[in-house]
Amino acid sequence: MLLTITYEGHDTQDLGYLLHKNPERAQQFELSYGKAYVFYPEVSDERTTAALLLDIDPLDLARGKVGSKDGGLFDYVNDRPYASTSFMSTAIVRIFGTAMSGRCDKRRELADTPLKLTARLSSLKDNGDTELAKELFEPLGYTVSTERAGLDDSFPEWGISPYIDLTISGTVKLSELLAHIYVLIPVFDRQKHYYISEDEIHKLLDHGEGWLADHPYKEKITRRYFSARKSYARKALDILLSDDITDEDNTENAEAKEEKEAHTPLNTQRMEAVKNAVLASGASSVIDLGCGECRLTSLLLNEPQIKQVTACDVSVSVLEKAAQRLHLDRMQPHRRNKLTLMQASLTYRDKRFEGYDCACAVEVIEHIEPMRIPAFERAIFEFAAPRTVIITTPNIEYNANYEHMKENSLRHGDHRFEWTRAEFRQWAEHICGKFGYSCEISGIGDTDEKFGTPTQMGVFTKNG
Amino acid sequence: MDKYRIEIPEFCLVALVGGTSSGKTSFAHKHFKSTEVLSSDFFRGMVCDDENSQSVSGDAFDLLYYAANKRLNNMKLTVIDATNIQQNARKQVLSLAKEQNVHAAAIVLNLPEEIMQERNKARPERNFPERVIRQHCRDVKRCIKGLKHEGFRFVYVINSSEQLENTEIVRTKLWNDKRDEHGPFDIIGDIHGCCDELELLLGKLGYVRTDGVYSHPEGRKAAFLGDLCDRGNRSADVLRLVMDMVKAGNAIAVPGNHDVKLLKHLRGKSIAMTHGIDKTIAEIEARGEAFKNETAGFIDSLISHYVLDDGKLVIAHAGIKQEYIGRGSARVREFCLYGETTGETDSYGLPVRLDWAADYRGRATIVYGHTACKEVKSQNNTFCIDTGCVYGGRLTAYRYPEREIVDVPALKQYFEPVKPLEEAVDTDMGDMLTVGDFNKKLHIETELMPSIDIHENNAAAALEIMSRFAADPHWLIYLPPTMSPCGTSELEDYLEHPLQAFEYYRENGIRNVICEKKHMGSRAVIVLCREPETALKRFGITDGTRGIIYTRTGRCFFDDETTEAALLDRLDAVLTKTGFWSDFDTDWVCLDTELMPWSEKAQGLIRSQYAPTGNAGAGSLSAAVKALERACERRNKAFEVDKLTSGQNVDPNMLLERFRTKQDGIEHYIKAYREYCWTVKSIDDYRIAPFHILAVEGRVFSEEKHIWHMENIRRYITGIDPVFMETPYLCVDTEDENSVQAGVDWWTELTSKGGEGMVVKPETYTAKQGIKLLQPAVKCRGREYLRIIYGAEYLQPVHLKRLKVRSLNRKRALALKEFSLGMESLTRFVKGEPLYRVHECSFGVLALESEPVDPRL
Repeated sequence: MLLTITYEGHDTQDLGYLLHKNPERAQQFELSYGKAYVFYPEVSDERTTAALLLDIDPLDLARGKVGSKDGGLFDYVNDRPYASTSFMSTAIVRIFGTAMSGRCDKRRELADTPLKLTARLSSLKDNGDTELAKELFEPLGYTVSTERAGLDDSFPEWGISPYIDLTISGTVKLSELLAHIYVLIPVFDRQKHYYISEDEIHKLLDHGEGWLADHPYKEKITRRYFSARKSYARKALDILLSDDITDEDNTENAEAKEEKEAHTPLNTQRMEAVKNAVLASGASSVIDLGCGECRLTSLLLNEPQIKQVTACDVSVSVLEKAAQRLHLDRMQPHRRNKLTLMQASLTYRDKRFEGYDCACAVEVIEHIEPMRIPAFERAIFEFAAPRTVIITTPNIEYNANYEHMKENSLRHGDHRFEWTRAEFRQWAEHICGKFGYSCEISGIGDTDEKFGTPTQMGVFTKNG
Repeated sequence: MDKYRIEIPEFCLVALVGGTSSGKTSFAHKHFKSTEVLSSDFFRGMVCDDENSQSVSGDAFDLLYYAANKRLNNMKLTVIDATNIQQNARKQVLSLAKEQNVHAAAIVLNLPEEIMQERNKARPERNFPERVIRQHCRDVKRCIKGLKHEGFRFVYVINSSEQLENTEIVRTKLWNDKRDEHGPFDIIGDIHGCCDELELLLGKLGYVRTDGVYSHPEGRKAAFLGDLCDRGNRSADVLRLVMDMVKAGNAIAVPGNHDVKLLKHLRGKSIAMTHGIDKTIAEIEARGEAFKNETAGFIDSLISHYVLDDGKLVIAHAGIKQEYIGRGSARVREFCLYGETTGETDSYGLPVRLDWAADYRGRATIVYGHTACKEVKSQNNTFCIDTGCVYGGRLTAYRYPEREIVDVPALKQYFEPVKPLEEAVDTDMGDMLTVGDFNKKLHIETELMPSIDIHENNAAAALEIMSRFAADPHWLIYLPPTMSPCGTSELEDYLEHPLQAFEYYRENGIRNVICEKKHMGSRAVIVLCREPETALKRFGITDGTRGIIYTRTGRCFFDDETTEAALLDRLDAVLTKTGFWSDFDTDWVCLDTELMPWSEKAQGLIRSQYAPTGNAGAGSLSAAVKALERACERRNKAFEVDKLTSGQNVDPNMLLERFRTKQDGIEHYIKAYREYCWTVKSIDDYRIAPFHILAVEGRVFSEEKHIWHMENIRRYITGIDPVFMETPYLCVDTEDENSVQAGVDWWTELTSKGGEGMVVKPETYTAKQGIKLLQPAVKCRGREYLRIIYGAEYLQPVHLKRLKVRSLNRKRALALKEFSLGMESLTRFVKGEPLYRVHECSFGVLALESEPVDPRL
């Protein structure tokens, strides 16, 4: 919420001309989300500092006027009024727009000259990524220094603050400095308070002109700038460079991160393996339990052997998305009649699960509370009791190959557990003994000699 | 002239048979309710606007039968008003009757042709050709003879206009309908010839034998569940005893499969002499022909099942499916005698039974026998009381309405069972909820609120939360309700203030209220059993644990089982030491508590939302204040006005003031949330403050006043182990100014130091004004505390003014529903109602919680 720009040299009061803001006045500007003030904390021949201070109304934010996300409880308790975010970028364009364009009729030459400038931003959110500020600003010729406090001094065990106070200094033109800050603030924060339209691509390219294309982290900058809009990032990057773009990295999903290098993504391999197991079982009707986005279901719909597929998920919104993804509304009757989508829970007995040749629960069991696993077992193996049940789940041992994973962490935030190969085998044996099934266990994905494959699959067949 | 009397069961499917213009429709409307009559003409009109269009008959009959099916599902007498002249048409009627297990009745309007021709002419809008009428008349006459044979249980023919005018329809009760018998009953399970034990049991139940016949001095009735004979040593004596009691009106009886097999033999059919029937036959033969005939007649007269006591009690030998109750058909009789089997056999060569009781969802109690269990097996309001007397078990009676079990042990084992008696509780698996009970619109009846509707979309949301996050539903016997704040304060500097809470109760006629300190922790419900065996038997918990601590959304409070177990152990130690278990005569308890520190459960929230906001705010605001201070120091001359710039001049001193206020706000905010955080290093660092003793075996404490809860918590739970702490409270008389002022002062003292505030409750646990249920509690949160809800700067007058515009109606409506559901689920659990009935209430609370409500309230 506070940006200061310091000009050091001779006759530094000229900063006022460059910014088109009189050092002897404090001014206020009405913005859609509050107010902005420009004033000069210091003015002298040698050193002049201008400050741009935002005054954002927290209630307006919370009430969905501007930048409010969901209207949830914690909108009132929100860092947005205080942190340096896209609010600051839009304020820079609005208030220092002329300076940004490099226009200065009164001090033409000065505007075109690199000057010794220092900019400070308070509470810039880098989420603890200490290198980020350096990666972004050093290639542009700045000296970068950051200060970071603890999250709360009274509770040192809570760790470090996700915010830094950033100071960059260098010899640059003022218009360049402003463009750099304008583009790079949202790269830190990754959240924008306004709706991102396609215009945003041009804004990025315009303000990035002359430096972004040569920036060693241009991909990262672009991706993070459009963090909610991958397609825009791709388009912008297509213009910035001709190489192919790899998918956005996902901090939540460890597998996806690793897959950037893999030839066939693990998820694709997994679906392929499950599909093959379904076909090999001879099944013609399948129930996909915990279908998620229906990747397995859509594969199965293409198989002539499969006459009926039912896809269930416990989340209605996931099903709605799956229906969109499958284009359910315009699916032709032949295909449509094979498919049923329904909300279902795997911890309740469900008569609708009965009568299928095969049930698949792909990467599902690890999302169930351990206390509820017995109910899951009974719902599937005792009551639905199809001839074939296919279960896949992560092999926790393999996580050792995911370098970025913290020790003892799981692959996904919603995983309640991940099993070793021995644990999975033990569970499978317990199922076979209790419910009268036999099981074949295999692995999916690249095999590591020591740790096995990333995914393990059990194909259970009912005895007799 | 005597009326022509047509007798039909009050619940059956009636087909009117008669040609066009025979007057079926006016007959139907004269004798039946208009809603009972489904007319083909009406449905023709419904599908195409023309009642006479024959081309849409297919669609019209589809609809008609759809409607008929729904009516029969609801056990409503239904009349099919169509010609029903063609045998195919009647087949459809009969197959529906069979499908629905109801009797079909035919009422034939066989009027002379002249009358019908005349009538037809008088209806120009129809006006069928004469030959059609003639043909109809002929067809009707021809079909009459065969109707009984086709499958109509009751056939009545009306042959003349006079008869038509002079007909009376009498609706008779079904044979199984004994709803007007209210008992009390002593229902006795499978006797199998164990007459010694039967006599002992009748004696124990208080029956006395006069002139060889047992009767009860208080007029109780015995109800025998069948299988009177076979395997035991005195089958004929049992038959004699039961027949005499039934004849004397002291007992009722339903047949068992063994009795029916015996009947077959007595009627001369050949049967396999297995399962001990040979002994019975020998005994009966020895008694002579008269006894034999009497026995045959007796068994033949028995009805498959009885519906008793206004439909609240049903008895049948092998049990009965919900959809068969009160109906009569061969299929229903078959089920009542044998149950339903899968067609497979188990390892003992015995048929595998389908578990109908698991699917039973009716409100009527079903008492049955047939399957010998070690103990009385209760499941979903059904009770199997065959405790295998003949196998050396016990002979059991179920006393109704007392719902008590009275039994006598077998004097010996008369017969070796093929396989060991079934366990009454599936200790390995427990029972399991069925999704079909919940993934729909729910209508929940509670004692406090007659009906609570849960919409389908809310049920869907609850299903997701339950499935993904909740603990084992066997434990979730209560979910706490949401709590509304008090009305918005009229005082200038406050959003919430106790005066509003006192006023709410006072104006609703509640004079005495209790204020309880609101601990800033997280709501935690604790269920604790003394032993894992109690958890297994009473709660159906099969994982060997004996208790749980869960959040208000039914989620395990601790990810770490050892912490939970340690806290439960300490609670048990306290309850044992204070004598709670023995004083309350219980082996389990359910407590409503607040668990601290807040940071324990809200860890994620604090680190991702509260602390960062404070951190960013403190950093930025202090930088801003510093910058402004410097600007103010140097700016000592009048500024020039530049008309070309876009901004407005502003006084930096004013800005400095403004940002200092903000800075002050954020500092208070940080202080406020820190209050509720501390680091837990060991179990000793937890604090649990119980505020309701919700329930123990046999009792829900919703009748006790809050002061009772507070005193008993102090007496039995707090003050021994520092983990369990008291909740300070104060009673306020809302009519007494001084008392009200004391309440306000108390709150001010609690909150000025950053406390969360207090909860104001009526002195009784539930309070009503007239029939209107009042809020069971309202919260008054502290001025400082509210910063962590409404933001650091909420107290600035400009913000506060806007925040005061808030509506509590939705929140309050939800609070009442959730409160009613919470109390209901405890009541149901304590009464021993089935899991799905208890779960329905917790599920309902979660569903209601998915309603969008301002979360800051």
